[in-house]
Amino acid sequence: MTFTVYVPRDAGALSLGAGEVAHAIAREATARGLELQLIRNGSRGAYWLEPLVEVATPRGRVAYGPVSVGDVPALFDADFLTGGTHSRSLGLTDSIAWLASQQRLTFARVGIVDPASVADYVVHGGYQGLRRALAMSPEAVVEAVTGSGLRGRGGAAFPTGIKWKTVLEQPAGQKYVTCNADEGDSGTFSDRMLMEGDPLSLIEGMTIAGLAVGATQGYIYLRAEYPHAHRALTRAIAAAYQARYLGADVMGSGRRFDLEVRLGAGAYICGEETSMLESLEGRRGEVRVRPPLPAIKGLFGRPTIVNNVITLATVPTILHRGAEYYAGYGMGKSRGTLPMQLAGNIKRGGLVERAFGLTLRELLYDYGGGSASGRPLRAVQVGGPLGAYIPASQFDTLVDYEALGGIGALLGHGGVVAFDDTVDMARMARYAMEFCAIESCGKCTPCRIGSTRAMEVIDRIIEGRETQGNVRRLEELCELMVQGSLCGLGGMAPFPVQSALRHFREDFRIRS
Amino acid sequence: MEKLASEHAETVRRIVVGLKGRPGPLIEVLHAIQAELGYVPPAAVPLVASELNLSRAEVHGVVSFYHFFRGTPPGAHTVSVCRAESCQAVGGQALAAHAQQRLGVDFHETTPDGRFSLEPVYCLGNCACSPAVMIDGRLHGRVTPERFDALLTDVDRKR
Repeated sequence: MTFTVYVPRDAGALSLGAGEVAHAIAREATARGLELQLIRNGSRGAYWLEPLVEVATPRGRVAYGPVSVGDVPALFDADFLTGGTHSRSLGLTDSIAWLASQQRLTFARVGIVDPASVADYVVHGGYQGLRRALAMSPEAVVEAVTGSGLRGRGGAAFPTGIKWKTVLEQPAGQKYVTCNADEGDSGTFSDRMLMEGDPLSLIEGMTIAGLAVGATQGYIYLRAEYPHAHRALTRAIAAAYQARYLGADVMGSGRRFDLEVRLGAGAYICGEETSMLESLEGRRGEVRVRPPLPAIKGLFGRPTIVNNVITLATVPTILHRGAEYYAGYGMGKSRGTLPMQLAGNIKRGGLVERAFGLTLRELLYDYGGGSASGRPLRAVQVGGPLGAYIPASQFDTLVDYEALGGIGALLGHGGVVAFDDTVDMARMARYAMEFCAIESCGKCTPCRIGSTRAMEVIDRIIEGRETQGNVRRLEELCELMVQGSLCGLGGMAPFPVQSALRHFREDFRIRS
Repeated sequence: MEKLASEHAETVRRIVVGLKGRPGPLIEVLHAIQAELGYVPPAAVPLVASELNLSRAEVHGVVSFYHFFRGTPPGAHTVSVCRAESCQAVGGQALAAHAQQRLGVDFHETTPDGRFSLEPVYCLGNCACSPAVMIDGRLHGRVTPERFDALLTDVDRKR
């Protein structure tokens, strides 16, 4: 009899020893004369339980974690291959409360399927969306995406269907579908997890996009910091070509869609869409002036869809289950679900996909379990390095685009970085400007020079030199950057600084 | 500027010729050069420029824009320490300071014996397991100063 064991190949799980655990399990099985099918899945996203090992049993998948190499012989002794009890037992994976209470639509298959197998993808509902899309008119596909209420998950939250409609309405000719996989925000990793754990859903989403707007070529712009995702995507794209889900005759439809991965080279700004297009064309990632919009004049001057990984990977579900099904989740103008990422000083960090409308407090305490250090949480930064710092007094804010906007914060790509009460918010404010100075593309002056000047002013405040005057100067400079920068980097880098000044004035030694 | 070694010139020419037909190939060419040589020699810039029908300024402009491309040979091992917020929230600053002290170099520098290059990185996407470090493409999570030392000893032994 062959036993089926799952050990993640997700980069985060590997960073905690999953690779060594997989080896140890294979070795031990050989030594004991047992036959194993070892599947290297993605991560379920419960990183405090990684490396999370699962075995297939007639009752369902049974989980063990966190497993270290030293645990492996004892796991075999405890008959874990048939779901035996061991001190690392977590019971049925589906009954782990942290996972069971989530609403996984985009991440439905992540951690479950073999990311390299088209057959496994199809068994788990893959390519149903594309099948439906092929039977629909391009207008109807775009209409479904519009009707679902899906908004860009990269951070800008622009309605995806409207973007697609613009590209569809451009005259026929070369058009492109590009995926922005330059996930540079600290505290975010949902794109990485999805590309490593279920890359075919992204590939399917891009194929649907191509068919919908008449584009035959897709590019995934992937950051160079993600070598594991690069390997997973390369494997999955090759498998999709082989199974004829990509290429000249997508699913026997006679329609073409080609897809390739292009690597970035360590520039945060290339997550800005026009900068990403410049980089895809092989140039410096300098921001373009808009208009024209990329949907009209994008890659190589042609109409181009630019969408984030999560946005595109959600499209197959919308086509498969219908726009109403997806729009049935969420609240107000934030429809559907959001894969949120819990990071920083948090006890149970990882990926939480839920319908919009959870409070930050539920996220931080019910899922996150509070700080990792055991000290009180003092602040969270939501939405990456350009997102505002939110004080504990505002933890009852709902996680949706409008509610966070209402308190002067932003949701961005859904990353939440927690800090305990040892954080020095003046230093975090300085870091925000330092980061902006390092990553500025240099095209516009407010961002290029403003960030460096702001850093110097914050240094003076930290040193206690002429505090009142320098705080005023900093506030003016922030306002200038917000108003005068060409794109979101210079235009939003002041947000963490302004929020730190607003909510944590004591850290700037301001007497008020 | 130093002259490009003839075997390097051969490599660079082969790479450019292989990729020049692709749309917008420059960054792919630079990635391929760095993958083979470990860096992009400044002396390769004129050759890349002429093969791609670009100006030297354009090629230099791209090489210097992206943090990932380096103009000097790297050490035997590249150690990238995350400096971003999530890692800072759990001791990332102290870990960065420890890395500098342990290796005796600043960020962007290589140890005099050529064994280690120390690089800053702004997010490795391992934020639920901060602080994160990448050594020669291998990712490590929840890295304490003690674990950092053990990892270095480990890679150094493998040479």
